[in-house]
Parts: sequence; structure tokens; C-alpha cells
Amino acid sequence: MKPPAFEYVNPQKCDEALAVLAQHGDRARVLAGGQSLIPLLNFRLARPEMLVDINRVSELAYVRVSDGGIAIGALTRQHALERSDLTRGRLPIVVEACRLIGHLPIRHRGTVGGNLAHADPASELPAVMVALEAEFVLASQSGRRALAAADFFTGVCTTALRPGELLTEIRVRTLPPRTGGAFLEIARRAGDYALVGVAALVTLDAAGRVSQARLALCGAGATPVRAHEAERALSGDRPEGRALDEAVEEAAAATDPPSDIHASSAFRKKLARHVARQAIALAAQRAGGA
Amino acid sequence: MRQTTVITLGVNGVKHEVAVEPRRLLVDCLRDDLGLTGTHIGCEHGVCGTCTVLVNGATVRSCLMLAVQADGAEILTVEGLAQGATLHPLQEAFRDAQGLQCGFCTPGMLMLAYELLRDNPSPGEAEIREAISANLCRCTGYQSIVDAVHLASERHAVPAPDHAAVAR
Repeated sequence: MKPPAFEYVNPQKCDEALAVLAQHGDRARVLAGGQSLIPLLNFRLARPEMLVDINRVSELAYVRVSDGGIAIGALTRQHALERSDLTRGRLPIVVEACRLIGHLPIRHRGTVGGNLAHADPASELPAVMVALEAEFVLASQSGRRALAAADFFTGVCTTALRPGELLTEIRVRTLPPRTGGAFLEIARRAGDYALVGVAALVTLDAAGRVSQARLALCGAGATPVRAHEAERALSGDRPEGRALDEAVEEAAAATDPPSDIHASSAFRKKLARHVARQAIALAAQRAGGA
Repeated sequence: MRQTTVITLGVNGVKHEVAVEPRRLLVDCLRDDLGLTGTHIGCEHGVCGTCTVLVNGATVRSCLMLAVQADGAEILTVEGLAQGATLHPLQEAFRDAQGLQCGFCTPGMLMLAYELLRDNPSPGEAEIREAISANLCRCTGYQSIVDAVHLASERHAVPAPDHAAVAR
């Protein structure tokens, strides 16, 4: 089908966008890359009165060093994030996850901020950002606030964004030395949403024991699932044998995956064990090689 | 009140001015307003990829982009590949390797292959398969499309046509 009629504004500056959002509140919906919103419009599942198209707000498209970490502008295309030297050098887990988002033509348009604000629980980047303990900057005309990724996702396709707010920046701190990361998923076909995906970050000490582990899953519940118990199970041990077995069980136990036409909840839990094991092992291997 | 906006699109090197409603999809603008029906429309929700075109040198699904968003852009569609009656070498490779049967997916497959070979003139089979995995074919089967892209690569089929020399 075709999109329903809507009012359309395309501000050129972030301040202009915030002014329009402040004026129109929840009448207005932000159009970023459109790779999720335009299908919803075409199906008429979304009927916003007004679209605020931020694609010309080029000041929000960047990947740069900031306070020792990396700041990603919300309008950065997924393809640009995947190709950025900064991301490749410092956050290879992000590159690995980006390559699994849809297909190249989707990533040419799809933005980092749009993907996160859409908050599909099966989507890759939300889980990666939760594992990275990223901080999201939410701007409105009355100011800015920063929110931990884990607090941003509140439900299926639901976030802590208030009417009038725009996600403008994602901040990721530098990872400790001897940290390896891995993002792995299982999907029915290349480019599909993951049945289950796992973002794992493992930091090893000089003796090869886990000094810090962070694990987050997608496709595992209403929001990205952080598997704290699994992280504790790994801590202080070599990431193998019983510690790994226990972590994998805890990771699966943290999930509450949906049943749908693609897979049952029980099958997704089984996959979660399998993918968590691989992701932890790969992250640990990369940590050792670093 | 229905808004309409006049936009400028450079399509295959030709400049067009067209008045569109904001809700006009780029694919409908190309097909219905400009009469360029070589770009096909299939699923209308970004799954099949037959509407793939290049916007400022990068493939996009034209059913997932509003025409107003392409204001000022340079667009390459399947009509921009052939030079008059002479097929583009990429199209010849598709013909020679039987890379199409009903032809519905072909415009999208050609645009994907065009971008792939422009950026990576000698892709391996896995790279070809990854590139065309973006689009669906329901009859030829993918093997002959993979063969066609491989053949085009061997023939160095994709130096860009002049009018498509646009910034990425």
C-alpha cells in the first residue's frame, strides 16, 4: 500500500527539529532513515499527523572521539558506522553487529539513532549498546539528559523518549585493555531479524581469567536482556569448562523469548545457550589475542 | 489541505522537476510521475528489493524513501545502464548467463550487481551471494544470477557510465 497523508517538515538544524517537536508534541513523529517507519506507513500501521524528517540535519551525522570514548551522532547511517575507522579500530563488536542489520541498501539509509529509537527487541544494535553500557543523549527544547542504554529500552518498540525529545547522540566509553567482543546471531535467512543474538564483551587479566564480562541478548524478551548472572558466573575464572557452562545456563535463564511463527520460546532459549557459548568463547579468544 | 512540493531529481543524468505530495514514495515518483517503469515495485515494504536504485551512488530501496527526501539527488535507475539500444555489459552478462527468467527481480538485481562490481571488481562467490541476498528472485533461482555477476566481473563489465559518476 501507500503511506497515508501527513504534514511534512524537514528542518536543517537540530534546534529547528527540537522546536518543531516541542510545538507539536506527540502529533509529530521523527523520520530518520525510514527503514522501519516507512514500511509501517506503507502498511498504514502508523498514521502520524506530522513527520519531522531529520535527514537534512547533517550536524547529527558523525563518529568521533569524545572524552576518551566514542560519540556517535544519531543520524549516522549504519553503513557509515560500519565503515568508520574509529569503529573498526575501537569497537569491532559494533561493526560485526552492523553487518547483520538487513542488507547493504537498508544500511545505506538506516540510521543508528533510528534503529535504537525504534527499539525492536530483535534488533542487533540495542543489545550491543546495552552490553557496551552506552549512554544516550536525549535532547529537547528544554535541555538535554543522558540515560544509560539499559534504562532507555522500556518495552517492545517502546523507549524512555518523551514527546518533544530527540535521541541525538550515543556515547560509548573506551573498553579496557585485553577486552574482546563478539556479536553473533542466528536468523532464518541472511538479513532477517535475529531469532536470538548475543553481544559478549570479555576482559581477561594477565593470568587469562575473566576480570569483567558483559553479556546482552536480542530476540530474548521485550527489551534487550542483560545477563548479569551469566557475567558473575564468568568473573574470576577462565572462560571455559564449568564457568562457561554455568554462564551459558544463566544467559538462557535470563531470557523470556517470544513464541511466533519463526520459532517457539523454548527453541529460542535453546538457541540462546548455543549462541551465548559461541559468543563468549569468541570474545575471550579475541581478548587473549589483543 | 494537501501539501505539494516541487522537487528536482537528476535521473540517469537528466534533470526533472516534479510536484509531489510528501507521502509520494520515490519508486512511485519514478514510475508514475516520470514514466520510468524499469524500476519495478514488488512488496512495498522493503523486503523484495526489486525497486532498488542508486541514490547519490549508493543502493537504496526506493519504496522505503519518500520522493521529497531525494530532492536534489542524482539517481541511477536500470534505464541508465544501457546506452541507447546497446545493452550495458552487465545486462549482456545477465542475458548470456541466463540470469533472468521472468525478469521481475532483474532491475533490482542489476543495480545491486552494478554497485558490487563498481566497488569490488573481482568479488568472490560468497561476496556475490551476500550482495544479492538483499533481493528476492522467485523463478530463475539464484545460481544463474550468481553466474551472471561472475561473468560480468570476468568481462570487467562495470566501469560506470559517464552520467553515473556521482559522489558517494
